[in-house]
Amino acid sequence: MRPPSRVREMPILRVVARALVPVILLFGLYVQFHGDFGPGGGFQAGVIFAAGLIIFALTFGVEALRQVVPVVLTERLMAAGVLLYGAVGVLAMFLGGEFLNYTALDPLTTGHHGQHLGIIAIELGVGIAVAATIMRVYYAFVKRRPDGDGETREPALGAEPGEGTP
Amino acid sequence: MIEKIVVLEVVLPLLAAPVCVLVRNPRLCRLLSLGVVAICFAIAAAALLEVRGGGVISYQLGGWLPPLGIEYRVSTVNAYLLALVTAMALVVFSFDSRGGPPRVPEQRRHLYYAVFLLCISGLLGIAITGDAFNIFVFLEISSLSSYILVSLGGHRRAVLSAFYYLVMGTIGGVFFMLGVGLLYQATGTLNLRDIAARLEPSLDDRGTVLALALLVVGISIKLAVFPLHHWLPDAYSFAPPKVSAFLAATATKVSFYLLAMILFTIFGAAFVFEELRLQAVLLPLSILAMFLASGAAIFQTDLRRLLAYSSVAQIGYMTLGLSTANVTGLAGGLVHLFNHAVMKGGLFLVVACLLYRVGSVHIDALAGIGRRMPLTAAALVIGGLSLIGVPGTVGFVSKWYLVSGVLERGWTAAAVLILLSSLLALVYVGKVVEVVYFRKPAETQPIDHVREAPLGMLAPAWVLAVAAIFFGLTTNWTYGVAREAAELLLAGGI
Repeated sequence: MRPPSRVREMPILRVVARALVPVILLFGLYVQFHGDFGPGGGFQAGVIFAAGLIIFALTFGVEALRQVVPVVLTERLMAAGVLLYGAVGVLAMFLGGEFLNYTALDPLTTGHHGQHLGIIAIELGVGIAVAATIMRVYYAFVKRRPDGDGETREPALGAEPGEGTP
Repeated sequence: MIEKIVVLEVVLPLLAAPVCVLVRNPRLCRLLSLGVVAICFAIAAAALLEVRGGGVISYQLGGWLPPLGIEYRVSTVNAYLLALVTAMALVVFSFDSRGGPPRVPEQRRHLYYAVFLLCISGLLGIAITGDAFNIFVFLEISSLSSYILVSLGGHRRAVLSAFYYLVMGTIGGVFFMLGVGLLYQATGTLNLRDIAARLEPSLDDRGTVLALALLVVGISIKLAVFPLHHWLPDAYSFAPPKVSAFLAATATKVSFYLLAMILFTIFGAAFVFEELRLQAVLLPLSILAMFLASGAAIFQTDLRRLLAYSSVAQIGYMTLGLSTANVTGLAGGLVHLFNHAVMKGGLFLVVACLLYRVGSVHIDALAGIGRRMPLTAAALVIGGLSLIGVPGTVGFVSKWYLVSGVLERGWTAAAVLILLSSLLALVYVGKVVEVVYFRKPAETQPIDHVREAPLGMLAPAWVLAVAAIFFGLTTNWTYGVAREAAELLLAGGI
């Protein structure tokens, strides 16, 4: 979606967005990695991170965002996030514990570190999956605009052949 | 060994789905899903062997002890269901549909397999878990993915029917969720066995009765119990044929398990069937389903719609078995889960064969097709005979035990009605057989070019047709297990 030209001419919006986006992304990472000491966690962090990138797209155009995060990448990250979560669980099984029993991840100590490691890893998976999903939803909505910038709409999963182009 | 890996039943398909998204190669994805489903079937079969005779496998996720942690609990009841779902998934996945659903372009077909795996994982999750909230999560996973699968059908109305299914399914899901919430409020726990132990249901306790009402209505929507069945004929007749076969053989079966488990394990047969007298509602609805849905099936001109209405009628038989609340009747209902899955799955695969060769399953387009596709038509006849309940087929076994259970309960009229409703099945099956074998093809629709379906399609359909006869002759594994499961359920176990 190309932002309406008036938005492009608004220097205040552009300057503020330019200043805010990095802070929002950094705050997202903070919520992600500080989640095991304070409020936060993967879901919230993913939402914040994706929101930062979407603000970027709203001010500078979705094309600019697509150069940073291609649509295909969001799809892959969605899957990779889920896979990371599951892989931690399966790894715990290979190390002799139950599925998702993080204690097994650190067989040397009594398990305190294992729990810590496990939570960080799965929350990272959650964060990646949530951020990617929200961006993918955003891309999907943007593409549905009939007055978009004339790009070729990729066919939906159940689209009829030839239905993809507007 | 097996108690260490039962969790893979859910984890494997759940993780194979994102792997499919990453691999992006439809062929690899197909092989991967086939392999995953085969492993799941092996695990389910091993688990069933392990727990037969009263054993239980309890798996604590993350090492957290129940009732605090989530427990996966496999007893005869759910091992039976796990084996059923994975076996059907295996047969349906080995069906070579020559390029997947028509509306999915080649470069996005990997997503189709991913969604299919998620659906399987959700259904297996509902069956295996011993945690009420976990059931809700898996219910949503399986429902959301089946809405997508239904929407991929070739016809444009597939999307509409999927949307209708979505609306109904979501209402059902919300009702279920509210019911679980009320149970949590009443007992302070989400572990199913813990709820069952702490819950003291009585008619004076409005909260508990409301919880039961919400749960039963919510699941009845997903199960397509008679007046709540409207989503089913559309969904099954517009979904891709493979999806219809899979959903008809598994989705409603899992819902039936859920209903039986809620009624017998959580609330207890004594409260539900003696104090509350739920059979006063369930029995008439079951009989209405048997007659009205079978009657509707007679007037259908599309073979898939006909089979879908027949499914609603068959669900009536299952709930009839449930409402007897005795071992024979409940076992009859449970064995009908398996038997109906075998015959309806087989019939929908036959439909897929016909669709591939003939291009339509409108009753007029099938005239005389029995001569051009003898093997496909023969499988159709075997499935049809099972639906009627001819001795020597699985349908007879179900009806035998259902009638025995109903008679044991002293409901002679209901027994007569079961037999009468079989006549309706005879009419709609007879109609199809007559068209397929004896009617001359219309001049406008020559069928000279039609050939027998390819082996990759015929073989799975025939596996189910042979199973329909095999399990009609030997009932040790079907009725034997179902009876054990029924005894366990009536005793309030899981």
